[in-house]
Amino acid sequence: MSRISERFKALRARHETGLVTYITAGDPDLERTAGIMKRLDKAGADVIELGVPFSDPLADGPVIQRATERALAAGTTLPKVLAMLAGIRADISAPVVIFSYANPILRMGLDRFVEGARQAGVDGVLTLDMPPEEGEAFRSAFTGAGIETIFLLSPTTTVERIRKASELGSGFLYGISRLGVTGVRDTVDDSARELAERVKAETAMPLALGFGLSRPEHVKAVGQWADAAVVGSALVKVIAEHGQAPGLLDEVERYVRWLRN
Amino acid sequence: MAPSSWFGRRDPVGGYFGAFGGRFVPETLVAPIQALEAEYLKARCDPQFVAELQRLLEHYVGRETPLWDARRLSAACGGGRILLKREDLTHTGAHKINNALGQALLAQRMGKRRIVAETGAGQHGVASATACALLGLECVVYMGTEDMHRQALNVFRMRLLGATVVGVDSGSCTLKDAINEAMRDWVARPDDTHYLLGSALGPHPYPLMVREFQSVIGREARRQCLAQVGRLPDAVIACVGGGSNAIGIFDAFIDDANVVLIGVEAGGEAIRSGRHAARFAGGAAGVLQGTRTYVLQDEHGNIEATHSVSAGLDYAAVGPEHAYLQETGRAEYPYATDAEALDAFQQLARLEGIIPALESAHAIAYVLKSARRFGPDTVLLVNVSGRGDKDVQTVEQILTEADRVAN
Ligand SMILES: Cc1ncc(COP(=O)(O)O)c(C=O)c1O
Repeated sequence: MSRISERFKALRARHETGLVTYITAGDPDLERTAGIMKRLDKAGADVIELGVPFSDPLADGPVIQRATERALAAGTTLPKVLAMLAGIRADISAPVVIFSYANPILRMGLDRFVEGARQAGVDGVLTLDMPPEEGEAFRSAFTGAGIETIFLLSPTTTVERIRKASELGSGFLYGISRLGVTGVRDTVDDSARELAERVKAETAMPLALGFGLSRPEHVKAVGQWADAAVVGSALVKVIAEHGQAPGLLDEVERYVRWLRN
Repeated sequence: MAPSSWFGRRDPVGGYFGAFGGRFVPETLVAPIQALEAEYLKARCDPQFVAELQRLLEHYVGRETPLWDARRLSAACGGGRILLKREDLTHTGAHKINNALGQALLAQRMGKRRIVAETGAGQHGVASATACALLGLECVVYMGTEDMHRQALNVFRMRLLGATVVGVDSGSCTLKDAINEAMRDWVARPDDTHYLLGSALGPHPYPLMVREFQSVIGREARRQCLAQVGRLPDAVIACVGGGSNAIGIFDAFIDDANVVLIGVEAGGEAIRSGRHAARFAGGAAGVLQGTRTYVLQDEHGNIEATHSVSAGLDYAAVGPEHAYLQETGRAEYPYATDAEALDAFQQLARLEGIIPALESAHAIAYVLKSARRFGPDTVLLVNVSGRGDKDVQTVEQILTEADRVAN
């Protein structure tokens, strides 16, 4: 069984809400990303999503846009992200999912990327602008290397396409809990529950719900309907606030432990 | 005219023109785009929709636009006989209105009351604001702050027309960044909003839909050329930003194998990273803003900065059908530099009394440079995609600065 599936199975067995954490690789630089990942793991993150910075992040709001700009300015590239991960993979028990736009992967070359990802111990890949209809070449290359293909679902996704994503995807499904780009919100939208109910009616595959979550009560709320909550922009904001400070790693760990409360 | 002869020729297969095109969008947009495609395919076969569009094109836009036999320009070029398709004479002053009205009618048909659009030169923004004013729709236009500065007149025009203009100061603060922001807006409000994309770019069905709304240019020009000259042109020439005016005039000639199709890109200062927008000269296949096409990018797939004196050509990707026409050899894509376009801008003013948009001046520049290639007995059809009112201030500044440096 894959690391991702094992993790979700264990969560279900313990009736616990999982925590999926997103960070932008290379913000503030790759060395500190490596340190952040170890702390996320230590603080109990169930899945670590590692965002590949791309010049034109059209599905992202201002928080991740700025993180992306910092990461690119620090010279972050997809091959360097994979090399960093390869160096620390043995120290991290949580599954790692690469979160990218299509173009950096295409430019690296699908085969080269898959080989690099396999060697770095990547467990899954989510390509933001590659819906199932376009994603067959990616999916079959990933599957061949034992890497899971994670698909997104949104409040606009039809039942027919929920089925397609659950048939073609593996590991877990990532439900976008509300319309719009990534970013921090104060409350959990009703659309989160509606989506979760529609997904659960179609498939038993684990579901992580995210977009806008930032507080322990959000994680708890989402746990009523889904296997895990995704926290992205809020964590990226913590990293932005403490990026240059010596206390960065402690702050990250403290924030994630607080979320799990 | 029957709808079937207007639309539905050469549909892309599964959204692809050969290896180019597709629908690379965030999940939230898949359903709205599928709904848009379904509605468009219905609308283009609906005689009522086609008749309403035809009525607007005729009585509101002022079509058909003239085909002008440019004798003094022809003499100056020393090549063939040059015919200018006068899209600059349309209402609002550029070809963009053809597509804006088509899509605005479609939005109305879908019950969408709010339009978002991106704009580079401001012509598509003005066209969208105009269509929305006419149909009583809300209009929000995203525009890079760099472009707002160089096309200030058009910003004011949009506001006069009742549109909200939102400045975008991420990335290079130009067209590409405005498209990102328009897509982000649409992702947040897909239910009540239509994204009125202004060029033959983006996810399927936009490249098809924009081409079909612009194809009126080529249909008219082909008919006018046959009537005035008695035969087809030897070459059809247009500037290429995203590629809508070019594909609009090419479309009617695609099956005429002897007609050479030439799309002129922006060579900027020189073909050096960051200083131009000639995708076929410096780009590679990639995925940007929903489509697989030729893109200016670095070795890690990040999109490169672009430069052109004309805001409307200052963009890192080209419409996917052009990538296909280039790859199959059906069309060719040379470029003209800033300096050549500025020269052509002035020459056309003096030789023909026509001040073209800086974008269109790139097509004129190619003709000035290369007309001799075609010989004296040839006929060259050139699309003047827009008029230069919006650019006179920019050009004045550049020429004044050049004078100052020279003295
Ligand atoms: C007059 C004019 N011509 C050409 C263009 C370039 O767009 P396209 O390549 O889609 O025709 C623009 C874009 O703003 C324009 O305003």
